[in-house]
Amino acid sequence: MTDLTSLTLAEAREGLANKSFTSLELTDAHLGAIEAARALNAFVMETPDQARAMARAVDAKIARGEGGPLAGIPLGIKDLFATKDVRTTACSKILGNFVPPYESTITSQLWRDGAVMLGKLNNDEFAMGSSNETSCFGPVVNPWRREGSNTTLVPGGSSGGSASAVAALLCMGATATDTGGSIRQPAAFTGTVGIKPTYGRCSRWGIVAFASSLDQAGPIARTVRDSAILMRSMAGHDPKDTTSVDRAVPDYEAAIGKSVKGMKIGIPKEYRLDGMPAEIERLWSEGAAWLKAAGAELIDVSLPHTKYALPAYYIVAPAEASSNLARYDGVRYGLRVPGRSIGELYENTRAEGFGPEVRRRVMIGTYVLSAGYYDAYYLRAQKVRTLIKRDFEDCFAKGVHAILTPATPSAAFGIGEKGADPVEMYLNDIFTVTVNMAGLPGIAVPAGKDTQGLPLGLQLIGRPFDEETLFSLGEVIEQAAGRFTPARWW
Amino acid sequence: MSAASGKLIKGATGDWETVIGLEVHAQVTSNSKLFSGASTEFGGEPNSHVSLVDAAMPGMLPVINEECVRQAVRTGLGLNAQINRRSVFDRKNYFYPDSPQGYQISQYKSPIVGEGEVVLELDGGRTATVGIERLHLEQDAGKLLHDRSPDQTCVDLNRCGVALMEIVSKPDIRDAEQAQAYVTKLRSILRYLGTCDGDMEKGSLRADVNVSVRRAGATELGTRCEIKNMNSISFIGDAIEYEARRQIEIIEDGGSIDQETRLYDPGKGETRSMRSKEEAHDYRYFPDPDLLPLQFSEAYVAGIKAGLPELPDQKKARFIADFGLSPYDASVLVAERESADFYETVLTGLADKSRDGKLAANWVINELFGRLNKEGRDITGSPVSAEQLSAIVGLIGEGTISGKIAKDLFEIVWTEGGDPRALVESRGMKQVTDLGAIEKVVDEIIAANPEKVAQARAKPQLAGWFVGQVMKSSGGKANPQAVNDLLKSKLGI
Repeated sequence: MTDLTSLTLAEAREGLANKSFTSLELTDAHLGAIEAARALNAFVMETPDQARAMARAVDAKIARGEGGPLAGIPLGIKDLFATKDVRTTACSKILGNFVPPYESTITSQLWRDGAVMLGKLNNDEFAMGSSNETSCFGPVVNPWRREGSNTTLVPGGSSGGSASAVAALLCMGATATDTGGSIRQPAAFTGTVGIKPTYGRCSRWGIVAFASSLDQAGPIARTVRDSAILMRSMAGHDPKDTTSVDRAVPDYEAAIGKSVKGMKIGIPKEYRLDGMPAEIERLWSEGAAWLKAAGAELIDVSLPHTKYALPAYYIVAPAEASSNLARYDGVRYGLRVPGRSIGELYENTRAEGFGPEVRRRVMIGTYVLSAGYYDAYYLRAQKVRTLIKRDFEDCFAKGVHAILTPATPSAAFGIGEKGADPVEMYLNDIFTVTVNMAGLPGIAVPAGKDTQGLPLGLQLIGRPFDEETLFSLGEVIEQAAGRFTPARWW
Repeated sequence: MSAASGKLIKGATGDWETVIGLEVHAQVTSNSKLFSGASTEFGGEPNSHVSLVDAAMPGMLPVINEECVRQAVRTGLGLNAQINRRSVFDRKNYFYPDSPQGYQISQYKSPIVGEGEVVLELDGGRTATVGIERLHLEQDAGKLLHDRSPDQTCVDLNRCGVALMEIVSKPDIRDAEQAQAYVTKLRSILRYLGTCDGDMEKGSLRADVNVSVRRAGATELGTRCEIKNMNSISFIGDAIEYEARRQIEIIEDGGSIDQETRLYDPGKGETRSMRSKEEAHDYRYFPDPDLLPLQFSEAYVAGIKAGLPELPDQKKARFIADFGLSPYDASVLVAERESADFYETVLTGLADKSRDGKLAANWVINELFGRLNKEGRDITGSPVSAEQLSAIVGLIGEGTISGKIAKDLFEIVWTEGGDPRALVESRGMKQVTDLGAIEKVVDEIIAANPEKVAQARAKPQLAGWFVGQVMKSSGGKANPQAVNDLLKSKLGI
């Protein structure tokens, strides 16, 4: 038998349906891979017993012909998703050994459809970071290495565990969340596919909040088709999240292979940065050429407020975060560091429980919302946000179906390489934050390698709730570029 | 609209005017909390009505309770206020263990209800109009329990997340009496609307009172102090009186008022400083990204408006117009929804409402309320039901019994209960309207008292003696009108 872990989700689905193998076999293969890959630090909690129990249960269902769309597929779950009776920490010390008595809407939908949970995946603390180095469980290692080098690289963040695990064939797909690029940037750094759906497409209920108006969950998977399969189970209206949208969930997989002939693809000139590496430039043109070859029409477009997106994002996101993280106070759950007064208890708990990056953002957020600064920062950032949104609307109003951009300004960098200057780290999100600010869907698809052999990704930005077009276009790039799998060294 | 003038306070250097504005927190009557499905029931075991949302567990999201929104709109309409078709929930950020989220969800810049007004009834038939600045929805906080453990404070989150309406008045109130009348009237309106039970003892209605003073005739506002969390109408009056005098003394002594938050100590009858303006929180309000703005159609508001009950002012006007009640009596009846309802039930049982409506009001106010007051009971615990009182009033109105007999009957019903009509029959209390029988008695008395007859003919006022005699010999059951008429003709006066 071939190694079951090297199958795509779609292939595994077929094998399970044909009874070529069982979910238990598939699950065991992945559990073995996880055990062998602890050097990557992708999982912060392995749940093998639960995984096997779920696999056995779903095998019984498959035998009765009752399996759901994800029947028997082993997945990894980002530690930001509350999983009932399984420790959920958002990779922050402040949550300690918090075990939720509830299951997030998205993960319950995955289990409803027959998926199997392998464990909880590492991420930047509270999803704040672009390299997965801020996790209280330590950094995640990218399974990719530069050619001829042993330097350990970051997988990107904040969904670094998800991206690394999917790239290293530890799980068939993973849940992830994206507030400023946290699905797409790590997908690009690891040669995987990641889609951030339209804001409101997926429920946020049961996901530890970072910045509520920007947070959106989505999958990281091995192929575009796999991500489409996962999206269908993750998406949907949830009455428990009033920002989720009541709209039918399409069969995303049906968009795979659909002709893109005649589609208008916008190439935004503002994304051509000064000093952009030639290889990124080349990747972008190549991607555009593939889409053109498939019958799409390329047009130059302008998104004039792009340059304000990153600074505005770093006002809005910390502002919301400073308020969202106020509940971690040591009173009801998680870490408590006592003090002589309630004020001291708060100070001690939060100083000890939050890492430096989280503390920095809580401070920034508190500052920009303060009396006297609110108008100058938060209000102005919201106005910028409206303008960014309008840029995209104008573009789509001209008939553009999707916009093609690089996913990141570089390939994966070394662990510890960008620790000193937070702004340098923030610049990683330069191509992705606009999409969150505008609430649009964006997909990152691997499209090539840099000169050192590291994967690079392209991003496609779509119209609101038009994830299907992104899957169609993404698959064109995937077909042209091929798949990217790291050589195993761990 | 300008504020009614109020009672001035005499200081050492002249007269002073008090300027008062109130922020009333009214707990919304609803089965579940503002953003969660947990029960709002009062008095459960600590932390027995707490959902995952109320406890601010990670990843939990608020979902608006539409009934609370309807209640707020209903209240806004009852206050003749502007209903804002679009309003926004904001987060008010502060750390305290009674607020698990670390912020209170409230409405800051865009409240659900805008400007309105309330008309107050003051002593001597005076009225005053108080402007409403706004009404907004917000979450109540939990409760800290300091008496459960010697070295720990416990938190009870049952109340946490219950919906409150904060109703902010304009600074249109000019003395303690007006402030008390305002809270009384507001409470009455809320209770009529069924949007707040108004129970101040349970904390369902509490007020923050802003007080400042200025010299009589001045137009600029003085620096105000806010007296927090008042839960008694009489304490509100006492606190204002004290606070105004405190401020006047400071200013007259050459000092100035510091803007601050104060607490009223009912034991000592004084206010004391709680925190100064410098210590005030920076709440860092911003729109709650977990909640969409509230948006209503015109039809939604119109639908709620159509379902509003009759409010005290309208009811008062109707009582005056339809039953000829005096404005004072009408006010007394409508002040509490229960008494108005009681009166209306009395009316329901009357065959001729326009004839007996005023009589019924007299009986409810003088006999029933008088007796209830004397015994320290309230209308909901009245031994005489509205149906029984209605029967008594009906019996008087149709002439079956006299007013005097009716008082005896009332006493019997009060102490023994029973159907008044049946009692009148079984105890022979029916008024004698048989003219022949009355005439017989009149003739007998006239015949037996020739000298009194002569006196009465000379001085008609003395005919009253004959009325008394006739009533006495009939056991009070003779129809007084018939007796009068007969005597007048027989005596020729």
